[in-house]
Amino acid sequence: MTTATVPALSPARHLSPLTGVRNSLTLTWRSVLKIRTNSEDLIGLSLQPIMFLLLFVYVFGGAIAGSPKGYLQYVLPGILVQTVLFATLGTGLMLNQDISAGIFDRFRSLPIARWAPLAGAILGDVTRYVISVVVTVGFGMILGFRVTTNPLAAIGACLLVLAFALAMCWISALIGMVVKSPQGVQTFGFTAMFPIVFASGLLVPITTMPGWLQAFAKANPMTLLAAACRGLMVGGPVGSYAWESMVWALGICAVFAPLAVRAYRRRA
Amino acid sequence: MTDAITAEGLVKNFGKTQALAGAGFSAAAGTVLGVLGPNGAGKTTAVRILTTLLPPDGGHASVGGYDVVGDAHQVRQLIGLTGQYASVDDGLSGTNNLVMIGRLLGLSRATARARAAELLSRFDLTDAASRPVKTYSGGMRRRIDLAASLVGRPQVLFLDEPTTGLDPQARSDVWDMIRMLVADGVTVLLTTQYLDEADQLADDIVVIDHGRVIATGTPDELKAKVGGQVLEVVPADSGRLGDVAEILANWTGSEPVAETGARQLTAQVANASLLPGIVRQLDEDGIELAEFSLRKSSLDEVFLTLTGHRAEDELALAAGAAGGRTARETEKAAR
Repeated sequence: MTTATVPALSPARHLSPLTGVRNSLTLTWRSVLKIRTNSEDLIGLSLQPIMFLLLFVYVFGGAIAGSPKGYLQYVLPGILVQTVLFATLGTGLMLNQDISAGIFDRFRSLPIARWAPLAGAILGDVTRYVISVVVTVGFGMILGFRVTTNPLAAIGACLLVLAFALAMCWISALIGMVVKSPQGVQTFGFTAMFPIVFASGLLVPITTMPGWLQAFAKANPMTLLAAACRGLMVGGPVGSYAWESMVWALGICAVFAPLAVRAYRRRA
Repeated sequence: MTDAITAEGLVKNFGKTQALAGAGFSAAAGTVLGVLGPNGAGKTTAVRILTTLLPPDGGHASVGGYDVVGDAHQVRQLIGLTGQYASVDDGLSGTNNLVMIGRLLGLSRATARARAAELLSRFDLTDAASRPVKTYSGGMRRRIDLAASLVGRPQVLFLDEPTTGLDPQARSDVWDMIRMLVADGVTVLLTTQYLDEADQLADDIVVIDHGRVIATGTPDELKAKVGGQVLEVVPADSGRLGDVAEILANWTGSEPVAETGARQLTAQVANASLLPGIVRQLDEDGIELAEFSLRKSSLDEVFLTLTGHRAEDELALAAGAAGGRTARETEKAAR
């Protein structure tokens, strides 16, 4: 009776970093699979930028820029940034759901790297960000948006936005760990995002804002990121905007990634 | 025979609530240990400590000879866990859930697929294999949870209330699966609120109440420990219940219990040799009997004697108070 239960090999003492990477890739596969099978999330993810583009261009376009067409050239890079920013909320939402549903407890009872579920969730979400970018730019072009620089620069703009999203998703991950329920993540996340999105140069030039607001908008990294994207897609200065927004991205990572990992270790 | 699971003096506090107050027990390799107790007794907390999900505030525990705190990584290679909080992914199909776990455990793609197919067929889920788990019924859900904990062929399996909320058919299906595993030589720790479940499956039982072990033994030992046997008496004339109660009290020295509205009295009897005397006394007082029988005490009565409350009362009470919350949520709330 005992022979059947005595281990044939004694269990490994440590986990190799390579195993951790493999665990993360398996969990990335899971996240991507979930996106593919969750059609509601996919539809929502695609409809959101379409709706924003239609509303902003045709409702505000004439008033802000004289014509919807002229405004589209200005606002598309801004809506690109905004869409991907909103999409990062999904990261925190999914982590929160996984913890509430008990899937993370299953992972934690397995002999896998402790950080793999977090890494898998974030890597998997890059897929969602890419979908957001493709839909926004694609639908913008259907409406008449034209890249006036060159395709390579436009792709550069998209990569810049994706890099920034990878930083912002750590904030989302932190919210996902700290807030109790998935609904809380939604409410809290959106409330925090609105001032960042609107008090910036994403949707309108900041020159008409009152002084105190201009100061905030100027410091807002979204303004920098949108300006860099505009430069790369429709022409204009790029250098310092791109550079400064990436410094912001690194700074956000440096602060929020450790906080999120700490919260994750505590809660999960 | 070595112990596959040992726990000594486990203490765990959530804020002001003490979930475990020095609980200790052990399970020999290849046996089933039933951990029995009402909701909130500390069963789930004990399982979470033994499966490395929660560090204890005091005491020690080891699984397969490895410390659950110091050698957590080794422990995780030996165990499987099924509980309402250690779940599978709702959004993935049964197959993909099992393949994912196989891949996480280091199986090749092909081996993970083969293992998933094998487990799905063993748990009678082949037809539902490609459907998302959120479409499964309660019983199927519990079976896929169980399958998920077996992908890595664990030597020690933790089943936290594996049949709570299942209908009788689904329950007995899960019992059959557990018996199958035990036949393979797996050590099982099973927590349950159901006395009959522990009676059916466990080699040894630990009764926990308020974070403490209040009794241990085989099901038979526990039944014997509490008065041993139960005398049931039904007088032909219910008007004489009072007289019967008095006689039973005098002879057995224990307080007879009458269920409200029932015509039957039950009394704990320490020694069967008292019976002739009781029968003679009843006869002398002219009490005709409709029924007079002696039986072993059920685990239910054991529980009542040990904890001072019936398991079912406690269950109903706890379910009402918690509003159907899971143990995990209660634990979180306590934090």
